[in-house]
Amino acid sequence: MTLLAVEGVDARHGLLQAVRGVSLELAEGETLALVGANGAGKTTLLRTIAGAHRPSAGRVLFEGRDITSSPAHKRVRAGITLVPEGRRLFTNLTVEENLGLAARAGRGGPWTVEAVFETFPMLEPLRRRRAGRLSGGEQQATAIGRALMTNPRVLLLDEVSLGLAPVAVEGVYASLRSLIERGTTILLVEQDLGRALSVADRVACMLEGRIVLEGAAAEMTREQVVEAYFGLSRGRRNGGPA
Amino acid sequence: MSTNGTPLLAAHGVRKRFGALVVLHDVDFALGAGEAVGIVGPNGAGKTTLLNVLSGALQATAGTVRFRDADVTPTGPDGRCRLGIARAHQVPKPFGGMTVFENVFVAATAGGGHKRKDAYRRSIEALETCRMLDGANRRAETLGLLDRKRLELARSLATDPVVLLLDEIGGGLTDAEADVLVETIRELKERGIAIVWIEHIVHVLVQVVTRLVCMDAGRVIADGDPDTVMADAAVIDAYLGSAA
Amino acid sequence: MNWLDQVIQGILLGGYYAILASGLALLFGVMRVINLAHGDLAILGAFLALVLTDHGVDVWVSLAVVLPVMAAGGGLLYLGVLERSLRSGVLVPLLSTFGLAIVIENLLFEKFGADQRSFFSSIGTLAYSSWQVTSQITIGKLDVIILCTAIGVLGGLQIFLSRTSLGRAMRATAEDPDTAELVGVNSRAVYAMATALALATAALAGVFLGMRQTFDPYAGQAQLIFAFEAVVIGGMTLWGTLVGGIVLGIAQTVGNQMVAEGWLKDVWGGAGAGHVVFLVVLAGRLIYGALEERGGVRTVLGRA
Repeated sequence: MTLLAVEGVDARHGLLQAVRGVSLELAEGETLALVGANGAGKTTLLRTIAGAHRPSAGRVLFEGRDITSSPAHKRVRAGITLVPEGRRLFTNLTVEENLGLAARAGRGGPWTVEAVFETFPMLEPLRRRRAGRLSGGEQQATAIGRALMTNPRVLLLDEVSLGLAPVAVEGVYASLRSLIERGTTILLVEQDLGRALSVADRVACMLEGRIVLEGAAAEMTREQVVEAYFGLSRGRRNGGPA
Repeated sequence: MSTNGTPLLAAHGVRKRFGALVVLHDVDFALGAGEAVGIVGPNGAGKTTLLNVLSGALQATAGTVRFRDADVTPTGPDGRCRLGIARAHQVPKPFGGMTVFENVFVAATAGGGHKRKDAYRRSIEALETCRMLDGANRRAETLGLLDRKRLELARSLATDPVVLLLDEIGGGLTDAEADVLVETIRELKERGIAIVWIEHIVHVLVQVVTRLVCMDAGRVIADGDPDTVMADAAVIDAYLGSAA
Repeated sequence: MNWLDQVIQGILLGGYYAILASGLALLFGVMRVINLAHGDLAILGAFLALVLTDHGVDVWVSLAVVLPVMAAGGGLLYLGVLERSLRSGVLVPLLSTFGLAIVIENLLFEKFGADQRSFFSSIGTLAYSSWQVTSQITIGKLDVIILCTAIGVLGGLQIFLSRTSLGRAMRATAEDPDTAELVGVNSRAVYAMATALALATAALAGVFLGMRQTFDPYAGQAQLIFAFEAVVIGGMTLWGTLVGGIVLGIAQTVGNQMVAEGWLKDVWGGAGAGHVVFLVVLAGRLIYGALEERGGVRTVLGRA
């Protein structure tokens, strides 16, 4: 059953056309990894799905309903939550307050503050610490925990491994796997292709605002992705250097 | 590498720190006269920082920048512009309240050091080369993205540059627009202007540059022929993470 | 000059300034809006109460109507004016609130004329009754009530912001409205609520003003300046507003007395002393900030 669908979405970023005619479908329980170079439009696409960004064309559908004009906080209440790029914790609030705030979305579900501490045990002793004083890995765990507190049906993750030590990244991906096992639908943007392929059911590659490659992760080769990632064959078709 | 004798623009042993964060570790870079070099690499590699050090917008923490074999390390960006190093920005910033012509005129007089009639002529030439002459009397803030980028190029051209530094100028354009931009940059190259171009959209880059430098985490990890560099495992790993 | 008495009077005056300034600080802290209509909104609240007292309602009872009405007005002010102003850039809210100030002043003038008004008759003896603490020191009962209310208001706001769910949402939205939306906070509702609170506290201050002294449609201008000064002196924190109010109050009362006794030339009276203190604190903050940017006082001195 298609849970989330994006149809022909165009999104601008200032004067730049960041997303061009993107269409995607996400089935319930599926994990889709979005890869691509910087500036390819991945973050803008995720923000458009989350409602933080208005598309200039196209629709976003959730459970078959058109939510394109719905503001972000309403989408959270409906069950779509984004863990934004760069964590974006509320630095003046404690870990516990950051988590508690997200619970206001009022969806109810298995995720509570205690459940988050169980999944991220290193956060428990930090519960009263202000979010601004955490390390990168702790912040990332808090950001994911905060998103989980909204008990989402679709979790959008934007570059959760960025700026983290490898050990911390391992921890983050371990908790992602447990989420997947619970049946959460996930759309994640990931720079590291190896990790993306290891955790996703499907992979899509974006280049200059378009999806240039899409398919099952198990069937995709690294070479295919590299080719799509840089689009080099396009360059050679247009003629090499003068 | 293809420099004959002394490079036109060279950075040697450049280090740049922002507080405790080291963004550039001992970077060497050389540009020959008339050469077109592309700089690629994942986000946070230090590409824009290197460009800023070359253009004078940032002072390196250590290392030197030499232009025509003279030390320009202490010179600021306006000084370097007058020497012949021009720079176009990622997000074009035209002088909004002025017309296209006026934008270029300011560059011709201040950066190019031309006077009156000369500056006039120079501005018109620059606009012609960048195919912006038709819209010369339009106010800069009414321009669309491609035109803004071409205006950046025209402005740079009016300062009589010998080196043009481009920072991700290809982003956000449609295929057709990107083709137009590539044409314009090719024309600048044909006039003998050396180009250093940071770009994410590699397939646009390789249509103009003859050499590619790849950076990752503040260091140069590859430098050479574009095909070879893009096939280099270290380069692919830098972007996509190590092959499992 | 009886310093102690003047300082005590200044502290009590500070209580009034704290209530007045709290709304201004709140709007700036949550939305980065400098509400140039703040003083006039306080006076608007006072005139609303006046309408009720003119019909025989006790002024304290009138608060039960004035505060909710002004709060509702705050919500409308946000949705109707501030929201669009904020979208248009940083300076637009300054312009729109400035325009609002002028509109309020002129509307009040048209409706109520230039006469000085007050609530003296409504509060009866409270207007002047006091405790004689020593032969030198008298403490007005009304002033004490105002100071206690100020502590109550600030304390209430503190509890609201730190302990309640809505307060937390407000703090989060103040820091990062974009991300707040992404975790389910309705940022529009939060902003409307903050504006409502700001107007309610302003109205409360306006009514207290009318109990202490007379007011007219243009009294808001001076009150805006005092509120602004109290916020800057005390810093942007909640309790800083109380500190700032008290410092300003003391500066004004002491300044007034010094003018009366001939120590100071009368330039603007006591308010002048307040302005001087404000400017000194402002200069101090700016210099401190500039030094911090260059690495701190020690670094700068070390280089000199």
